[in-house]
Amino acid sequence: MAFDIFHRHKLTISGTQAQALEMARLRLIWVGMLMMMGYLAIILRMGDLCLLHHKSTAMLMGSGAPAETERPLRASIVDRNGNILAVSLRMASVYADARMVHDPAKLAQELAALLPKQNEADLFKRLSSGKAFVWIQRFITPKQEYAINALGDPAIHFQEEQRRIYPDANLAAQVVGYTDVDSNGIAGIEKFFNKRLAAGGKPLRLTLDVRVQHIMRQDLAAAIKTFHALDGTGLVMDVNTGQIIAMVSLPDFDPNHIGEATNNEKFNRATLADYEMGSTFKTFSIAAGLNSGKVHLSSVFDASHPLHIDQFYIHDFDAKDRPLTIPEIYIYSSNIGTAKMAESLGPDYIRDFYQKLGFMQQAPIEVPERATPLYPSPWREVNTMTAAFGHGIAVSPLHLVRAASAIVNGGILLKPTLVMPDNPDVPPQGTRVISAATSEKMRRLLELVVASGTGAYAWVKGYDVGGKTGTADKNKNGRYENHANISSFLGVFPIWHPRYVVLALLDDPQGTKATHGFSTGGYTAAPVVGDVIARMGPMYGIKPRMYITRDSIEKSMKPYLKEYKEGQALASVSTDH
Amino acid sequence: MKHFPRTDRSILSNWWWAIDRLTLFALGVLIVCGIVLVSSASPPAAERSGLPPFYYVHKQLIFLLPTLGLMFAVSLMKEKTLWRMSLLAMPATILMMATAIFFGPKVNGAARWISFHGMNLQPSEFAKPFFAIISAWLIAKARQKPGFPGYQLSLALFLIIISLMLMEPDLGMSFVLACMWGAQMFLSGLPMMVIAGLVVLGVIGLFLAYLFSPHVTSRIDRFLDPAAGNNYQVRKSLEAFRHGGFWGTGPDHGIIKLTLPDAHEDFIFAVAAEEFGMVTAIFLIAVYAFIIIRSVSRIYRNEDMFVVLATTALLVQFGLQSLVHMGSSLQLLPAKGMTLPLISYGGSSLLSFGIAIGALLALTRKRKTGLLHDDV
Repeated sequence: MAFDIFHRHKLTISGTQAQALEMARLRLIWVGMLMMMGYLAIILRMGDLCLLHHKSTAMLMGSGAPAETERPLRASIVDRNGNILAVSLRMASVYADARMVHDPAKLAQELAALLPKQNEADLFKRLSSGKAFVWIQRFITPKQEYAINALGDPAIHFQEEQRRIYPDANLAAQVVGYTDVDSNGIAGIEKFFNKRLAAGGKPLRLTLDVRVQHIMRQDLAAAIKTFHALDGTGLVMDVNTGQIIAMVSLPDFDPNHIGEATNNEKFNRATLADYEMGSTFKTFSIAAGLNSGKVHLSSVFDASHPLHIDQFYIHDFDAKDRPLTIPEIYIYSSNIGTAKMAESLGPDYIRDFYQKLGFMQQAPIEVPERATPLYPSPWREVNTMTAAFGHGIAVSPLHLVRAASAIVNGGILLKPTLVMPDNPDVPPQGTRVISAATSEKMRRLLELVVASGTGAYAWVKGYDVGGKTGTADKNKNGRYENHANISSFLGVFPIWHPRYVVLALLDDPQGTKATHGFSTGGYTAAPVVGDVIARMGPMYGIKPRMYITRDSIEKSMKPYLKEYKEGQALASVSTDH
Repeated sequence: MKHFPRTDRSILSNWWWAIDRLTLFALGVLIVCGIVLVSSASPPAAERSGLPPFYYVHKQLIFLLPTLGLMFAVSLMKEKTLWRMSLLAMPATILMMATAIFFGPKVNGAARWISFHGMNLQPSEFAKPFFAIISAWLIAKARQKPGFPGYQLSLALFLIIISLMLMEPDLGMSFVLACMWGAQMFLSGLPMMVIAGLVVLGVIGLFLAYLFSPHVTSRIDRFLDPAAGNNYQVRKSLEAFRHGGFWGTGPDHGIIKLTLPDAHEDFIFAVAAEEFGMVTAIFLIAVYAFIIIRSVSRIYRNEDMFVVLATTALLVQFGLQSLVHMGSSLQLLPAKGMTLPLISYGGSSLLSFGIAIGALLALTRKRKTGLLHDDV
């Protein structure tokens, strides 16, 4: 009898049910009336807009009512040295009321002669369309405006507009962002500071240096081409102030022709993409260990056997099959050793430390395109072990350079920034994440990787570079791809008085003959960082210290290195994962 | 149109004589207006996406065929068949909604779509008509048979669906669903005190959403203070009404539509007002209002609680969605991103209304028994 209500003839309408129906009917009228009142409100509101505030096409386009001239010219955006990145110019746009055109053929011919971008047949079509409003051309030169005005045709009107110009085109496209046709910022700095820029006035000064930006972009583009990578990103950050000197995301686009840009090009990988970084993360887990006081450079962890936890196996790419000291774990990039060290710190230590480094929230930066990191929740023991070598947690490249700056600058985590502070003498405020002593130990380890390990290609004679390679298997829809990597190099220089962190990251680079088929970070990204440092070092007046040799660095770490032999590199560039 | 003699007892003939032909005609008017408006509003959007100018128009026409088919098929159904169809389709819809949330592509921060052979479907669109029918049956059954936990089951189903909609998140659609269910509760004779309580709960819910969901916070802030952020589309939409005036600029003479990104979807009413004027906008409102009043009068004397409740919820879906669409484009409501029933571009919306309208036609059919009410 479950479906009985459809058998109406079996239904006897009792008194209460009849009453219920009466109430339902009454309330149905209420529901209907409410909706009708809604429609009435719509009509009244339309009357207000359409009748009382009606605007003709001419009024809308501003002829006679120069609304655009009242609007201040949008403020410029400049780099740290005052080079213009974005500037607004007042320009006229010309349109016609095609209903008023008497001789479209003649007018089209005259206009085509003055406007080389326009085609006469096309103009004729528009001018004879009979529409109240047709654009002739947006943004014409003052000379063209004068000449067109001199034609004296009553059908032609001008509208004063401002146009945003990006003289450096692609150079810092995703950072600076772009505006819509009406000069409203809709991406990047243009969007973040829209109100400030729209109000006009002083240029907005960024921390970017177009020279370094250019170097990074050029080197990164060359690496993408050489290694047939899908895309790439590069960052240079001042470790003592948090200022971003260069931020590149490739492929990029020309903001002067935003209509032609694809979403892939508009995507700012430096701030908006999350990557599982791989071995560069060992920098942070080992710093956590050293800072805890429980782990020392001389601490030894057994990496003889692959680690088995739950259903996972943790392998080493270049297995040493023996117990390793902390410097050995770092330069051989041992996953097993790092995981065991992380385990020894207790289940929550690494997670809390990553939290302190800012890996669990958006990195503060003055563009709206900010990535929220991905990390396991709940955080289990296995997550501690994989996160220690940079798997199972994904952060943006900006997160990485920010945290790396704190590791090398003496232990202070700073707020990354793209905008020059009003008063450069006020020292930036930060929070301490590791002790100055731990920071010093980390600098020694970073130095060793470049002098004698997987980072050899970032070595710049005299510039004292430190760094760490990273080569992560690319995670696509939850599955790791064996033959696709995210290869990166995180560099610091000069390592003993650190000033800059330089990151280069390539998505899915392919090995070449010169790299013996390897596509690791040491082969593909490290040379980019090395070249950027070699080119920007002299520009920033950093004095080379030619007496530093690879061997002198190795010697200083000799007590911890079992395989140390004079004049021989410890780890080869390919052996990193 | 072919005339069927009343003595002809074929399915088609029975259908033709039983169906509410005036509503059917009004629906036809809306669909034709929809084609005209999508043809006018969508070419700029298509060109912006690098597609051929009439891409969306062609797609819309292609979607109209199954929509009309569905509408016809559903309008043939008996009440019992309607309920069975809904009962079968509901779990599938819920499953698809969950799939969209957990595996679907994210578009503008919302996971509402699933891809099916290159076609993007929005399953939550389909949840509404099925919910209207199932919930109506449950409540009617509870009224008829004391002891049957119809209210509780209806509440449970409501909570499941609205939770999924809020997880997507799709606040606009959650609002419509809540009003559909609220209307059924109201009609089923819930005491006024309880109804007041539910309204208060709803307001608290909205307030919590405002506090804790950044998405909602920004939407409401922009509505309350237009200077607070980017409400570009609404500004453009208001300009469109101002520009259109009473008579409109005439077809294809609109300017604002060129710079209105969602002109063919969430702001098609503004395009109608710009090019065809307030006079056409009022005409469209009159057609919507006519369909609602007409359907209400057809079921007014119906003694079957199920028919009354199901029809009401479907009418609320139809009417409220049109109201929210119009209200958003006139800044009477926060911008919600809702399609104008049977007019806006969008396959899922069209197909969903195909089902809803089919069900509405089935429920407002003249009863063969003649027992319950006369034709109006």
